[in-house]
Amino acid sequence: MAILEVRNLTHFFGGLRAVFKFDLALQEGEVLGLIGPNGAGKTTVFNLVSGFYHPTEGDICFRGNEIVRLRPHEVTALGMARTFQNIRLWNTLTVFENLCISQHSKLGYGILGTIFRSRGFRTSERCIRKTAEEILDILSLRHYANEYPKNLPYGLQRRIEIGRALAMRPHLLMLDEPAAGMNPGEVDQLIELITWIRDKFQLTIWLIEHHMRVVMNICERIVVLDFGETIAQGTPEEIRQDPRVIQAYLGDADSIDA
Amino acid sequence: MRKYSSHLLYGSFCLLILIAVQENFLNAYLQLIIMFMGVNIILSTSLNLVNGYMGEFSVGHAGFMAVGAYVTSVLNVWLFTSDRVFGPAVLPAGSVIYLFPVTLLMGGIVAALVGLLVAIPSFKTRGDYLAIITLAVNYIVKSAIENIQVIGGARGFMGMRNIVSSMHEVVNVPWVMIWIFAGTGFSVWLIHRFVTSTYGKGIVAVRDDEIAANIMGVNTRRMKMVAFMLSSGLAGIAGGLFAHILGYINPGSFTIMKSTEVMVMVYLGGMGSLSGSVLSAVGFTIILELFRPLQVIKWVAIPLLLILLMLFRPEGLLGHRELTDVFPRLRRIFVPQGKRA
Ligand SMILES: Nc1ncnc2c1ncn2[C@@H]1O[C@H](COP(=O)(O)OP(=O)(O)OP(=O)(O)O)[C@@H](O)[C@H]1O
Ligand SMILES: [Mg+2]
Repeated sequence: MAILEVRNLTHFFGGLRAVFKFDLALQEGEVLGLIGPNGAGKTTVFNLVSGFYHPTEGDICFRGNEIVRLRPHEVTALGMARTFQNIRLWNTLTVFENLCISQHSKLGYGILGTIFRSRGFRTSERCIRKTAEEILDILSLRHYANEYPKNLPYGLQRRIEIGRALAMRPHLLMLDEPAAGMNPGEVDQLIELITWIRDKFQLTIWLIEHHMRVVMNICERIVVLDFGETIAQGTPEEIRQDPRVIQAYLGDADSIDA
Repeated sequence: MRKYSSHLLYGSFCLLILIAVQENFLNAYLQLIIMFMGVNIILSTSLNLVNGYMGEFSVGHAGFMAVGAYVTSVLNVWLFTSDRVFGPAVLPAGSVIYLFPVTLLMGGIVAALVGLLVAIPSFKTRGDYLAIITLAVNYIVKSAIENIQVIGGARGFMGMRNIVSSMHEVVNVPWVMIWIFAGTGFSVWLIHRFVTSTYGKGIVAVRDDEIAANIMGVNTRRMKMVAFMLSSGLAGIAGGLFAHILGYINPGSFTIMKSTEVMVMVYLGGMGSLSGSVLSAVGFTIILELFRPLQVIKWVAIPLLLILLMLFRPEGLLGHRELTDVFPRLRRIFVPQGKRA
């Protein structure tokens, strides 16, 4: 069954056509890669799907809900979580607080519950802390619980961002270039982590990545975007040999072979 | 036990002061300063919610204070006293000792609703609209009051002295001081509960990265409105209390100058620090009194102080930290075990 269905998605920034007639059916439990040269429109697709931009045209259906007109937190509440290409953690909040606040869409209490510390408030806060602690353990972040993200190394921040997304218990996890800026050792760890997360949480993963080693290793299917249009899709093997893909990456062909 | 140590400490402190007042150990001037401290604590902590925790820039806090001050005062004078404009008392004068918190809360609620009117257009779009709109609202509220003759216009509104006298007739204790202690405690307690909950911390996420907050599930627009209403509502309560200290108010007490004073307190104490705002409100009230002989020069000295502060300690006394972070030993007294993760 398709967890996410995108039809005819088109988006313009003024005169710039960033995404054009993008179609996708993401199957439950799948790991899908989205690749393409710089400026191809990959991040824009993520921003459209997560409700940050409203598309010029097209439909997006997530777990049976039309989400095109929803605001980002409403989309999130349906079970979609993501990370950002340039890390966007909350830097004056601790790692632990970061993991708690991302559960905002599941609070189940409001301003009155907060003030009167209602039963709903207490159960919910307990549950939130428990989830956050689980994530700390799972991602080996326990040691950094009370640190502020900005004081931590880059690779670790990436992991915290994945943790913050996982804390929402999403059905679909979207990762925007999770390996960017990582050294080879960290990339190996990341590949292991993503595979492990998929099995452990049984979720669907959609990732954008430039590191071909990551994409070729963990994706079952790959979609290639160029100038906002899908130019190819298929298994890693098929993509590696597709002449249009090689054309699009011309001069960058090494990265495909890597 | 630890959970309540701060409540106990505050309770005993208030009791001590009240006894001192009752036994005439504190002269009227010192009492006045203590009461202004309370009002200033409410004002600075509530503005810190918006300007510090949420990172927005509201510059017209005195406007909301004015709304609360007038609503509570008019209600009290109308309900509990015979007045030339509002006619005979609606309720027995003595009942004011139970109903004062109700009218005070009404003042807060109306101020919060005015806050909502400001919040809707300001938070619809991103940008610096809030500063401009709050500035405008401060002026609008002041001129509106100046032009409503039933409530005294520019001459001001009085009659709250009679309210305080009726309270004293029932039981002769320092009522206004009691209400101010209660209001201050309530305000700090409320804000503390808000900013220590996952719900309330949503506004800190908004400050750090609003886009990320929204995409990670925080209803940013709603959170901003709730925080802003809470802040303006508490300013309204501060206004209601303020009106009963001297028993007389006029629009001149709620100018942009007053708003600036509150902002100075917030920046002095440190953005996003509740204990910082409490300390700076106390300190600033004292500084204000020390500078009083300077008269107009006061308004050279205070901004100068602010400039020096921004130059040498831009984060304020306790920027984004609490007293318990600066003096970890205090944690043993004030922070319940298990809450330290
Ligand atoms: N907010 C915006 N306003 C105007 N143009 C934008 C905006 N965001 C992206 N673009 C443009 O849209 C195009 C697609 O950008 P996008 O960020 O989606 O590319 P990308 O595939 O993620 O690239 P990269 O690999 O560099 O991250 C680019 O030409 C970019 O300059
Ligand atoms: Mg991108």
